[in-house]
Amino acid sequence: MEPIALLLAATLNAGTALAIAGLGLLINEKCGIVNLGAEGIMLIAAIAGFATVVHTDNDWVGFAAGMGAGALLALVFGWLVIWLNTNQYATGLALSMFGAGFSAFVGIRYVQEKLPAREQFAIPWLADIPLAGAALFKQHPMVYIAIALTFAMAWFLYRSRTGLVLRSIGESPESAHALGYRVRWIRLACVVAGGALCGLAGAYISVIYTPLWVEGMTAGKGWITLALTTFATWRPGRVLLGAYLFGGVTMLQFHLQGMGVQVASQLLTMLPYVATIVVLALISRNPTWIRVNMPASLGKPFYPGA
Amino acid sequence: MPVEPSVISRLALRGIRKAYPAVVANDAVDLTVMPGEIHAVLGENGAGKSTLMKIIYGVVMPDAGEIRWNGNVVKVRSPHEARAMGIAMVFQHFSLFDTLTVAENVWLGLDRSLSLIEVSARIRAKAAEYGQDIDPLRPVHTLSVGGRQRVEIVRALLTDPRLLILDEPTSVLTPQAVEKLFVTLRQLAQTGCSILYISHKLDEIRALCHRCTVLRGGKLAGVVDPTVESTASLSRLMIGAEPHRIEHRTANQGPVALAVKTLSVARLDQFGVALDDINLHVHAGEVVGIAGVSGNGQQELLAILSGEDPRALPQAVQLFGSPIGNLGPRARRARGLYFVPEERLGRGAVPTLGLAHNMLLTRQDGGAVRAAGWIDLRRIREMADHVIARFNVKAGGHHAAARSLSGGNLQKFIVGREIDADPKVFIVAQPTWGVDVGAAAQIRNELLRLRDMGCALLIVSEELDELFEITDRLHVIAQGRLSPSMRTSKATTQQVGEWMSGLWSTEEPIHAA
Repeated sequence: MEPIALLLAATLNAGTALAIAGLGLLINEKCGIVNLGAEGIMLIAAIAGFATVVHTDNDWVGFAAGMGAGALLALVFGWLVIWLNTNQYATGLALSMFGAGFSAFVGIRYVQEKLPAREQFAIPWLADIPLAGAALFKQHPMVYIAIALTFAMAWFLYRSRTGLVLRSIGESPESAHALGYRVRWIRLACVVAGGALCGLAGAYISVIYTPLWVEGMTAGKGWITLALTTFATWRPGRVLLGAYLFGGVTMLQFHLQGMGVQVASQLLTMLPYVATIVVLALISRNPTWIRVNMPASLGKPFYPGA
Repeated sequence: MPVEPSVISRLALRGIRKAYPAVVANDAVDLTVMPGEIHAVLGENGAGKSTLMKIIYGVVMPDAGEIRWNGNVVKVRSPHEARAMGIAMVFQHFSLFDTLTVAENVWLGLDRSLSLIEVSARIRAKAAEYGQDIDPLRPVHTLSVGGRQRVEIVRALLTDPRLLILDEPTSVLTPQAVEKLFVTLRQLAQTGCSILYISHKLDEIRALCHRCTVLRGGKLAGVVDPTVESTASLSRLMIGAEPHRIEHRTANQGPVALAVKTLSVARLDQFGVALDDINLHVHAGEVVGIAGVSGNGQQELLAILSGEDPRALPQAVQLFGSPIGNLGPRARRARGLYFVPEERLGRGAVPTLGLAHNMLLTRQDGGAVRAAGWIDLRRIREMADHVIARFNVKAGGHHAAARSLSGGNLQKFIVGREIDADPKVFIVAQPTWGVDVGAAAQIRNELLRLRDMGCALLIVSEELDELFEITDRLHVIAQGRLSPSMRTSKATTQQVGEWMSGLWSTEEPIHAA
């Protein structure tokens, strides 16, 4: 493959986990709940997915296991912050730390495990197009699922009535309650859906992206995703764009290091973080745009009937 | 309307009690509303009206008491259940979603599965039915207070309620529009819908309502027929004492203090209003009022006058003859121009901060901030205590968060904070919006006292009664243009109402818009 096509292929692959997790956090935050536990959820889902694939030899069962683990953790998180009104930030941080420790503990016996040979996917005909064909159409199905999910999420949030209810709860749970919506249950549903998507992203990382298990292998992707969602001003398309941007610059700096560019590798490693934040900060400068898109109740507790 | 005793009441409350940790909001309250009855609930701020309405609407559960709906004992556990029963409510503190459009807001309030396009059509139709103009596609955050209220009312009407609760619905309507609303409400009542009408406007209650339940201090003060009561007797029943009187003395005018000259400003965004050739002047010792339906350029004009919007030419706004159009709010305060904005929470005060800290928003004078930028905490507490005492603000001390105060008390605090700075020119937007009779009278008296001390006052209000009560001269703003002024003593409600629609004759040729 051409270097550019190679880079493009790697970018799509690297951005996919961030995109899926980002969409999960998006739905989470659009209803007003911040889940700082994303990193922990992704780690536990990564080991859950990896272990499942080791035992079942089936990637898709592994993805399901990751989603299930993510949903279960999010359920506990949701119960704590929505019903018991614990502080969302503190609870999320605790979940992240728990996830890091617990996944390392459970994962000890899987550190040396290898997954069965990874399947190659290719879309017939399209993959044979010269130059970009192999890069765009020889990807894991999850890459296309992430793109489809972005469009589905945009449609759901901005075109469907359920999405409208969800956004209204994120803006003013009190008003939504006064209109007769079951704020807590809808929020819980969003949190669980968000957890499931973070779980799917975690499983994708350990099963497809880097098919192995090492402690702390998500390497801060949960945190980056949280920042991504904010800088993308809670718009699905921008989340996807930001994910690819981050993935692309990550891959670019690997290439640059490989080519022996005379820049300290530490500086190159910083590049994806800096580039993503600079670009997204620039496109989201407009204060009106932020005010319109930011869920106003984000991170605040809601007490029905107070 | 005579009510036959054999008819089953639409809603009957018996012995309702609700206690909060600090206060008993409702104690042994009874309320009966018949089908098709327009029933007023009258009471001062803090009398327990809002709590009672929240109990009916299921937002709050009562500690004791019985609710009967169409004769059956019910428990209203949530607004969801209330709406399913056929109760709709228009809140005083709007329950709209700022970032959503009008149509989306209404859509959320409708249980049936309509499409957004159908909802938009229904909004237009319903608004037209009541002679109002609502653009379903506008985001709510671009609407004025009055515009938001119209959306709330239309949203409630579209649910075809059996009981409609309206909380202070007319404060932002022109007299003609109030008449239209009353026609609507009477029509609605004739179809059998009951209406609970919460208001502090005694004239309106007497003109519209069949019966009136009066609350005082969380307890039932009486149930009367407002058509036979006088305004004074209703007021006495509500306050439990003689109402305040406004003494209107003739103005003792000085030189021109504030002048606006040929001010034209383009609109800021597609939902704003452009100001077109505005001319006005306010003398020292004079109160000038600006009437008008909200959304006709008031917000824009106020932003120019306060200095929030710096786009005016320096000469367009003059304070004692010197150009200030390009100065910021702080520089204007330093020259004696003080300002009370329309939104109390968020603009006039920081909701979560205590009153002492809220002093700092506009009062960094008098040693509150020392040379190195340190806040003198003791000084701001003293200043807050002083305002609380001088203006009789009911609050839990200078530490009380701004949002914990009732609307009337917070307004007294904010107006008091500015008056305490001895302004030379004082601009007030909606001085008594949502404020009860007692507090409103007190605020108006303070404004008049300020005038008598030689301050120039500009009052922008949507409440005509208020403008007639305290102003010396009156302008009307419509579609970004300002009418000539008239002596308030010679003005009539009808004329002002016509001017609000932009119909005034000008001596000079009318500029092309």
